[in-house]
Formats: sequence, structure tokens, C-alpha cells
Amino acid sequence: MVKLTINGRKITAEEGTTILYAARENNIYIPTLCENEAVAPYGACRLCLVEITTAKGRERLVTSCIYQVEEGLTVRTDTDRITRIRRMLLELLLARCPDSEVIRELASKYGVTRTRFTKQKGNNKCILCATCARTCEEVVGVAAISLARRGVDREMTTPFSEDFSDVCIGCGACAYSCPTGAITMEDVNGTRVIKWPHNQMEFKLKKCSVCGRYWAPEKQVEYVARTSGTPLSDYDVCPDCRD
Amino acid sequence: MTKLKSLGELEALRKSIIGKRDPKKTVITICNGTGCQAHGCKDVTATFQKEIERQNLSAKVDIKSIGCPGFCERGTLVVIKPRDIFYQRVRPEDVPEIMTETIGKGNVVQRLLYTDSKTGKKVTYEPEVPFYKLQKRLIIGNNGLIDPTSIDDYIAIGGYAALAKALKMSPEQIIDEVKKAGLRGRGGGGFPTGLKWETTRRAHGDTRYVICNADEGDPGAFMDRALVEGNPHSVLEGMLIGAYAIGSHQGYVYIRNEYPMAVRHMQTAIQQAEEYGLLGKNILSSGFDFDIKIKRGGGAFVCGESTALIASLEGRVGEPRAKYIHTSEQGLWGQPTNLNNVETWANVPVIINNGADWYAQIGTENSKGTKIFSLVGNITNTGLVEVPMGITLREIVYEVGGGIPKGRKFKAVQTGGPSGGVIPESLLDLKVDFDELDKAGSMMGSGGMIVMDDKTCMVDVAKYFVSFLEGESCGKCLPCREGLRQMREILTRITEGRGKKGDIKLLEELSATLIDAALCALGSTAPNPVLSTLRYFRDEYEAHINEKRCPAGVCKLEAVKVNEG
Repeated sequence: MVKLTINGRKITAEEGTTILYAARENNIYIPTLCENEAVAPYGACRLCLVEITTAKGRERLVTSCIYQVEEGLTVRTDTDRITRIRRMLLELLLARCPDSEVIRELASKYGVTRTRFTKQKGNNKCILCATCARTCEEVVGVAAISLARRGVDREMTTPFSEDFSDVCIGCGACAYSCPTGAITMEDVNGTRVIKWPHNQMEFKLKKCSVCGRYWAPEKQVEYVARTSGTPLSDYDVCPDCRD
Repeated sequence: MTKLKSLGELEALRKSIIGKRDPKKTVITICNGTGCQAHGCKDVTATFQKEIERQNLSAKVDIKSIGCPGFCERGTLVVIKPRDIFYQRVRPEDVPEIMTETIGKGNVVQRLLYTDSKTGKKVTYEPEVPFYKLQKRLIIGNNGLIDPTSIDDYIAIGGYAALAKALKMSPEQIIDEVKKAGLRGRGGGGFPTGLKWETTRRAHGDTRYVICNADEGDPGAFMDRALVEGNPHSVLEGMLIGAYAIGSHQGYVYIRNEYPMAVRHMQTAIQQAEEYGLLGKNILSSGFDFDIKIKRGGGAFVCGESTALIASLEGRVGEPRAKYIHTSEQGLWGQPTNLNNVETWANVPVIINNGADWYAQIGTENSKGTKIFSLVGNITNTGLVEVPMGITLREIVYEVGGGIPKGRKFKAVQTGGPSGGVIPESLLDLKVDFDELDKAGSMMGSGGMIVMDDKTCMVDVAKYFVSFLEGESCGKCLPCREGLRQMREILTRITEGRGKKGDIKLLEELSATLIDAALCALGSTAPNPVLSTLRYFRDEYEAHINEKRCPAGVCKLEAVKVNEG
């Protein structure tokens, strides 16, 4: 175990834990957007920046979602400097995604209710945190979507931005992990529609042979059967109707 | 070529190469650098070849295509050795006269000589050209002496002698020597090279890698390009010595693919070094193995950032990651990796050959040696200049650079590339080294130096550099991607006469956020052009915003509507 101080509170944390998780375990709030426990830390939204002083006395700003706890570390999560940075980042986000309720709510928490920057159009709540693409690759193991192009032209999209991704299984993990609601998923009449910021895809759902309920996309069922080496017929019945 | 099996065989080869050459034989050296290629040096070379054949002089006269010696403004450069007669702006039609007069009769063709703009006098010999005379050409000077595609040429001027010397030293001794020399990274960071090598040597790992960063991407900068094109073996020799000191057996040269000649010359150099046994297994029977591969970059500025370069080398998208664990501990494929820039590597043989004490005499207290700058913009002598650290900007601009052309006035010089800053006339006596440039709000960077005259609008300059950086931002982190987009928008509206009260404050706040919050150095240094122009030329911003006027007369500001608002 490692001893450290966060906002004056002495805490202990397991070696290898990030500052962010050590803080959360001790009910100390640090805002995040691109962080998700299911995937490797990314450090892109910069909202979780904190000020640290190492045991050797070195002071610096670090992303708490990546930086790991150290013996004798002093962490400050809400100094004036940190607040200034977060307010500016939120102002930039308000300009990028003026329609996102999540961003507006987080911004107002820091007293930011308007942006001085030019508002952008057409980003559809997407902050380009890549949580969807990272989940698709790291958790699902499919990599059906990704971020394409560089810098200000960056976009979350399917290969060649087509309304079709050959490998997508329609599992919806992207929609589930999106922190701003930029990706949505809806099952209607045996069809699942996943809407990404710039395109969308439809999937046929599988019907349970017992209760008749649509319970998963056919492509996902096939993927699970294939990767687990089980016969497809095992999936005719939904989990609720199984023994 | 036969493999050299010992230090003795290398020395014997050197003697035999030199012995076969007649020092009195006439050699026409023609610059084949990228600048001179644009001036048409290939036609000049072809015409010389034809003339030599026509006059049956092949046995008496040699032609040598050399790398860029730096004086690009005056290309095509031709030097007649051994007399060192210096002809500039040579065109194919000048060749017959040079052949008849200089080669045939020993006369100097006056009209092709360089005229010193200060004294108005003609200069006959290359070493007396003021542009060269005021420099200290430890690194780039050899470009003018060798054909970069000939390893024998490099060996003839003492090449690989530093490697031979190093192989007789212990790795620790070499690291100590580089530390004592005070060499700092020439790629921009200025990190002490010896310390980096030591950390990599001591890091835990099965394999260690060394990388040469030849991904130069600053607009207007071409010193690394000239070194790789003009003297690739000096870079290889530096890497060999470094690898031996660090305990690495595999090196990579990451070159941007937009530098085709650099890629070609490096490929040739690696192949030749392999053929002589200077790369490969058991080099010169020392027991040291080392191989080098070339990786070509796709031309992303952000790949100058070490973690992005490494990602690209591994075949992934060139995006940086947080550097809480240094690449010297976990770099390429998770192994300890030492990354240095082209010019840093090229300095290593010079240090080993001459010793740390000799090297440390050059420069200032904390910045040793020389630095090559790309001197471009509104300057009389455009080109590459290598000067000792501690020289003043005034000396570079007015003495080496020959001052501002067209009788205009000096306004500022941008150092450190797009993420550097401008330095105004009041600071021209600043001594150029890592720390002094930082203090002035700019930086050494990789060595770009863009001179601007009084017809330059500083807001427009800031807009240009911010636009460049916006285009090169990888887009991974929020402050860099969104911050630069907004910064460019604000600067655009100011230069178009739509600037608002509060814009300067907003630029300053945004800059502070980028410095603190950006993921990598591209983002955290990106506000420098804005902050330094605001620091020294704030009145120009105010004139644009408040009076809708561009003092330099560059920006076309929209006419202000009378009844607006």
C-alpha cells in the first residue's frame, strides 16, 4: 500500500492505482469525460488534471486518470489554477457541442453558463474522446469504428464513413460507453438502429423461440457463438427462458 | 568491398584511399543539395561532364557532387579545388568559360565571384566568403568536402575514426565524455544527451533501441535534411557510438518521406557501412553488434514528438501519449529507447574525436558547441549557418546573414520554428543559447530562424503559425484541437477587422490553458507565437482591434460600417 495526501486528507491506496481511482475510493470528486473503467486510460479530455508535488518536491500538473499513486505524493484536485483550466476546457466544449446536456450540466457545475468562443455546428454532441472506439476495440474486440483524420478534421466514424461496417455486430457498447449521449441505440420492431454522429447502421434482431422476444442482434449472436466455439442453435432461446 | 575486421584494417583502408588521391588534382565540386537542385545544379553538372569529355580532361579533372554547404541563396555553388576558387550562381552557360579560363589557363572568372555587399569587393576563395568566415562549421562544414554517396570520401576525411576510438573506450567513459562535453539535444528540447544515454543504459529491459529523429517538419527549416543528404555517415557514426555506449543493437532512422534524397543517401550509407562491416555483427572485431533500419514517416509534424514518433514507428497512428514513464525507460515496443535528433547524433563523432574539454570550450556556460540554423525570410544570405552558441542575434542577422534586403528595416526574428516566438529589435544583442531564448519567450527549437522586415504584420505572423499548428495538431487532446481552432478564429477575425474588445484577454487565457493542459509539447508550446507577438507588438493587435488598422499594411481590414450595431 502507498500513503499519499489528496486535498490535505491522508489516504492509502494500492500500488498501481491511478490518482483518479484512489480519489474516487475516498469520495473525492474529480471530473472526467474520456475515462472509462473498462478501457485503458487515454488522457484526452484533460478535465481530470490535478496538481501534484512528488516526495522529492517536484511540482507538476498531471492527468489523474493516468498518473499512478506514489509514496509521499501530495495531490490537490481543486486549486484556482485547476479550476481556471477546467472552466476554459468546458468553455471550449460548450462551443464544440452546444447541444449536449451532459456538457452544459458539467459546465454549470463550474459556473460556466456561456461560451465566448464561436459555436460549432454538426458535431452532434461528440467530443472525440474515442471511448466508443476504444471500447469496441479493447472490450468487444471488434474495432468496427474509429476516429478518422487529424486535428480539427477528426471524426468518429465507420471505415470510409459508410453506413455500413462489415465487422460491426451491433452490440451497442459504443452507445453504452459514450459519455455525452452522442451515440444512440434503439430497438424497434425487430430492428436495432445505432446512430453515430455522422452515420447510422441497422441490425436485424434475433427472436427467442420460447417467449418470442427480440433479445440480441443476429450478428452479435453469431459473433459470440463463433468466438466461444459454441453451436449457433444454443442461442435460439433468450437468457431469460433458459434453464 | 571487403569487410574490415579490425581497427588496424580501417586505418589501413584510410591510408590507401588517401594514398590513391592526388591532392594537387583539380576537383570541381558542385553543390547537389536540395536548394541548388532548385537552382538547376544537375544541368550544371551535366554540362561540366560534357565539357570535360569533349576536352579529353577526364584524367586530369574530377567532378564531385557535394551536399549542401549552406549558402543556398547563391546556388548553384561551384568550388574549384585545390585552389578553393568560389563561383556562385553558376548556370550551364557559364561552364565553358570556367573550363577554358580556370581549368585551362588558371584564370579566375571575375563575373562569377561573390561580391561582399559591405565592402563591394570581389571574394575569390571560398574560406574568405564572409558568410562562411563568421561561422564555426564543425558539423556542416564537411558537407562541402565529400560526395555523400561515397563512404570512401567520408573515411578519407577521418570518418569512423571516432567510432574506432570509442570502441577502445568503455561505454561509461563515452557517456562521461558526452556529459562532460555538455551536449544538449538539438531537436528542440535541449535535454542533456549524456544523461539521456545513461538513463537508457541503466533502464531495465531485454533490448535497447536507439532512434534518429530525421522528421524535421518546421516550415522553412532544413538543417537536418542537409545533414542527412550531405553527410549521412556522420549521423550513422554518431548512432554507432551512442548505441555502443547505451548497449543497443538495433537502431532506426525515422525520415520523412518528403525528403527523397535524404532517404536515398541514408539507404546508400547504411548499405556501404554494412559492406565494410561498420554495421552488422562483431563490428571491427570488437564484439559489438549493431544494425540500422530506415522507417519513412508520412510527414506529420506531431511525429517529432517522441511518443508519437515511436507509435508511428510501431505502425500505429502517430499520436502522442502521456510521458509519465519516459521513453528511455519504456519506449519502442515497451523497451528502453534513446531518441536523438540528426544534429545531436552528428555532434557525437566531433566530441569523441576532439575530446570533451575541447568541445566544452565552445559556447556558453550551459549551452555548448555550435548550432545550425536555417536562416530564411527577409534576409540577404538565405541558407544554413552553423554558429557557436552564445553568438548574438545581431551577428547572425547582420554579419553572417548580410542584413535585410531592399534597404528595409529589421522588425523581428522568429526562432524555434512555428512553436517558437518572435524576438524584436531591442533584443538583437541577446546571446543565442537554450536559456537566453527561453527567457525572451521564444526557444531554440530545432533551429529555424525567420527574419522579418518592417512590412510584416505581427498579428498575421501569429495567425500563420497558429494555422500551421492547427493543421498539424493530431486532435487527440481537447485543449490543442479545440483551443487552436478557436485561437485561429480569433486571430482571423482580428486580421479581418472584426476583432472585438476582450479578444486579447481571451487569447491570453486560452494560451495559459494550452500551456498547462495540452497533452504534448506541440500543444503546450503552440501559444508561443501569440504570446511573444503580444509581448513585443501588443500595439499592433490594439491597432487592428480598436482602429481597424494594420500598421504594417498587410491585412485587408473590412471597411467599418457606420451604422453597425
